Amino acid sequence: MIPASFDYERARSVEAAIRLLTERGEEAKLLAGGHSLLPLMRLRMATPGLLVDLGGIRELSYVRRSGDDLAIGALTRHCDLAANELARADSPLLAHVAGQIGDPQVRHRGTIGGSLAHGDPASDLPAACLALGASFLVAGSAGERRIPADEFFRGFLETALRPDEVLVEISVPRHAEAGWSFQKFTRRAQDWAIVGVAAVSDGSTRISLVNMGSTPLRATAAEEALAGGASAEEAAARAADGLEPPSDLNASPEYRRHLASVLTRRALEECAAVT
Amino acid sequence: MTATEAPRKGVLGQRLVRREDPELLTGEARFVADLKVSGTLHLALVRSPMAHARLASVDVSPALEVPGVVAAYSGADLEGEWAGPLPCAWPVTDDMRQPAHLPLAAREVCYVGDAVAVVVAESEYAARDGAEAVLVDYDPLPVVVDLEEAAADRALAHEELGTNTSYVWELKPDEAAVEAAFASAAHVVSGRYVQQRLIPSAMEPRGVLVVPQPFGGEFTVYSATQIPHILKVMLAVTTGISETSLRVIAPSVGGGFGSKLNVYAEEVLALTLARMLKRPVRWIETRSEATQATIQGRGQIQEIELAADERGRIQAVRVRLLADMGAYLQLVTPGVPLLGAFLYSGVYDVPAYSLSCRSVFTNLTPTDAYRGAGRPEATYAIERAVDLLARRVGVDPAEIRRRNYIRPEQFPYSSVAGLVYDSGAYEAALDKALQLAGYEELRAEQARRREAGERHQLGIGVSSYMEMCGLAPSRVLASLNYSAGGWEAATVRILPTGKVQVVTGTAPHGQGHETSWSMIAADRLGISPDDVEVLHSDTAIAPYGLDTYGSRSLSVGGVAVAIATDRVIDKARQIAAHQLEIAPEDLDYGGGEFRAKGSPERSMALGAVAFEAFTAHDLPEGLEPNLEASSHFDPPNFTFPFGTHVCVVEIDTETGGVGLASYVAVDDCGNQVNPLIVEGQVHGGITQGIAQALFEKASYDDQGNLLTSTFMDYLVPAASELPSFVTGSTVTPSPTNVLGVKGVGEAGTIGSAPAVINAVVDALSTYGVEDIEMPATPERVWRAIEQGRRP
Ligand SMILES: Cc1cc2nc3c(=O)[nH]c(=O)nc-3n(C[C@H](O)[C@H](O)[C@H](O)COP(=O)(O)OP(=O)(O)OC[C@H]3O[C@@H](n4cnc5c(N)ncnc54)[C@H](O)[C@@H]3O)c2cc1C
Repeated sequence: MIPASFDYERARSVEAAIRLLTERGEEAKLLAGGHSLLPLMRLRMATPGLLVDLGGIRELSYVRRSGDDLAIGALTRHCDLAANELARADSPLLAHVAGQIGDPQVRHRGTIGGSLAHGDPASDLPAACLALGASFLVAGSAGERRIPADEFFRGFLETALRPDEVLVEISVPRHAEAGWSFQKFTRRAQDWAIVGVAAVSDGSTRISLVNMGSTPLRATAAEEALAGGASAEEAAARAADGLEPPSDLNASPEYRRHLASVLTRRALEECAAVT
Repeated sequence: MTATEAPRKGVLGQRLVRREDPELLTGEARFVADLKVSGTLHLALVRSPMAHARLASVDVSPALEVPGVVAAYSGADLEGEWAGPLPCAWPVTDDMRQPAHLPLAAREVCYVGDAVAVVVAESEYAARDGAEAVLVDYDPLPVVVDLEEAAADRALAHEELGTNTSYVWELKPDEAAVEAAFASAAHVVSGRYVQQRLIPSAMEPRGVLVVPQPFGGEFTVYSATQIPHILKVMLAVTTGISETSLRVIAPSVGGGFGSKLNVYAEEVLALTLARMLKRPVRWIETRSEATQATIQGRGQIQEIELAADERGRIQAVRVRLLADMGAYLQLVTPGVPLLGAFLYSGVYDVPAYSLSCRSVFTNLTPTDAYRGAGRPEATYAIERAVDLLARRVGVDPAEIRRRNYIRPEQFPYSSVAGLVYDSGAYEAALDKALQLAGYEELRAEQARRREAGERHQLGIGVSSYMEMCGLAPSRVLASLNYSAGGWEAATVRILPTGKVQVVTGTAPHGQGHETSWSMIAADRLGISPDDVEVLHSDTAIAPYGLDTYGSRSLSVGGVAVAIATDRVIDKARQIAAHQLEIAPEDLDYGGGEFRAKGSPERSMALGAVAFEAFTAHDLPEGLEPNLEASSHFDPPNFTFPFGTHVCVVEIDTETGGVGLASYVAVDDCGNQVNPLIVEGQVHGGITQGIAQALFEKASYDDQGNLLTSTFMDYLVPAASELPSFVTGSTVTPSPTNVLGVKGVGEAGTIGSAPAVINAVVDALSTYGVEDIEMPATPERVWRAIEQGRRP
């Protein structure tokens, strides 16, 4: 439980962070809330040579309207997002999901940017962002670019971020009028989801899945079935079509597929009830 | 039932807030890791990543290159340092097989986590870096993980033993009677239950700090232990250091549950290295180490059969156990199954009994006592089997229990297994639990939901338990081959100002002994508990004691405090009588004062007596100065607490998720010194039983690698997983001690796991489910439902 030694720099600005990342290359790692990175370091499963702490960049913690979107600073902590009035009004799904993460300690340290950049398929916010059709503003030595959530998650703990890039802002379309639901199945309240389902419905329905593959995923087959006029029950039966969910101590792939269907049906029922 | 001392008005029975809590809640309490001694060296151990392998080579030299590293040793380097192996104090049979067990493995590793080298450094960080640098070559050997395969001896956990069986122990008072009962039984039911391995998970991991006085040749050992007294003796035996040069202190200790009832390699290592290096040496366990190198609990496969007559009255119980010792025998590893072996007839009046236990080695972390030790296993088997019997006979689980209970007038009850149960009123506890739970309404609601085919189905589980605790009458321990006694020591002193000092041989680590012992002394002295201090857990202050485990502290150690207090009052009486010029038997004592019978104005306060005893200016002829007395209490019998728990689960039949809807526990631990502490013990105990039933399991792959080495994978339940417990009690005092107390430290754990699983199986009975393995995970429950749905 003692990490290997590492250098530590506290970045004063996004530019400073990018500079440090550029200088030190792959051995440098950004540190936000530390609640994914530090456990790995303590088990010596991650041994970065340099930690660039973003914690001092206060300007990266905000929730504000930006046109039709809600814009969230990457360093916004889960607890702040969950409690934020604007977020609860404009993206009730995102605020709700943030409030379902881990336990109060985790929510008071973890940040939305860290959660997305970590790219863990078992995390909740990445799937929520997929269902919401979010996009991410990232900044690097080559300047800024915007990446749609659908193109962001590339593999297990792997994202479209380049080694010198910082995730700066998350934009989600406001969905105050839409039906939405988040179904998280756990054995203990504080746990990661064994399977989770996020759904947003306003005319069309987007469904995404937590912990059903090596990345957060859209339930495409179910979405298509719905678009083709299937009932919630019929569509939900197809939630795991084509997926290869993981096997672990909590669940076999077969059980995960079953859960995905049950939770998708419940999510769709709840979406319908909200609208 | 003879009540020695019924509850009466006084300090006993009051819900006093624990005096231990402010320092724990404010962070003022000092645990081993909080103790800072300048010049301390830190240890890090290199642990085997293989479950079974020969050590081809261990090269510690790269560690010496790491800045801050002071020394590094392999097991072979230190082989000459040990005066004896790590101790096992319970050789249950004369022919028990036992592998050599040294603090550092020198030739062979036998489980993942077995330590092969130690690095000593100026900081914890340097020690850890040094440990990473050590190079070890392992030649893999066949690995034994599965208990039944171990019993078949296909591969051997220790080749040199020639078998995996450590011992076979039998309790067969009358086999012919058992066979006859099964031959003529109207109903025979049988069950096979797996007691999964559990990781104890005390809040504070282990830790040890040894401070040597190089010139005096003395060592102070601070350890997060439940057994400072036993540890001191065992450290002397394993290191060859004289007992007179050792002082063991258990500072604040953050829970143990049996996991700190042991003598561990790291304690012996730290002492040895402090002796070699002449500097303070410290080792603090990491949580991941705790999952591998601290003993684990349970690990049994049980086969139980009941023979019953037409009405379901049990005529015989037959049990076969297969017990997992793990890789080595720790302090009481082999004895754990024996602590339950006498109790497989539960709370029932059973005329014939047969039990055999085979204990085997595996290449896994050693097992040992874990909250309840043997008794939760026994209770689980009989309470699950009795539910099965109810189903065969076609009666309600509560009714089958009523038909079989030992009746109040049968106490003291001589059990077929050879114990004498002190007192009990089992049906009264059942009645109270059913009433608190609203049993009839629950059954109606269950029927309604079944009828309506609702998604959430109810299950109601009942479990009646009885356990033996108060370890233990020393003669009984002798008959079980245990190598120590079971008595406890207490000294009570009235100080010159009239304040009271109690010194106890128990070693509390969360149980609240300071509060309870002060109440016991204060109650007898008629003073405020605030005027009583309680000293413990330091062998220089409390030289004798057998420490804290097995729900023994109150019914043995607390009773010793009561007896010593009475002895002090007797001496004080002589002094007061002398001062008041009156015969001792003409004095009444109460409210902290001696008063002449008939003329209460002639009185003398305890404080005044104490001062007389201290100055010794005018004592009765031949009486020694000072007011002090001791007791070394050896209990005449175990005590046998009991109770009934009712658990209600709500099962989501789509996902298999099990929710706890409500939980009622009625426990009878005899007279209660402090009901608040009793409830605290019951709450924690229930939680640990629920944990086994629904959440926890130490999982291994087929190569003996632990898959649950963090709290992400090893699911300890938290408050959010639990309902608010409803606790009630009945009071049936024990006639075997002056306080009429039993024990309550383990009761909750013993009663709860079967109540939960009985509830889960009850909910699933409409799907034809008769059993579900612990932990009843959502996937297991879902599969059971799926199977039942199939035509
Ligand atoms: C006990 C526990 C329970 C948890 N339960 C859940 C749960 O139920 N659901 C859930 O979703 N999560 C859960 N988490 C994870 C938690 O939400 C983490 O906080 C989050 O995943 C990571 O955020 P962070 O700010 O802590 O990131 P860090 O740990 O600081 O960083 C994570 C990774 O992201 C990178 N990074 C961080 N910020 C940026 C940025 N702005 N730009 C680019 N890269 C960046 C880091 O370099 C690192 O690789 C849990 C964590 C713990 C410890």
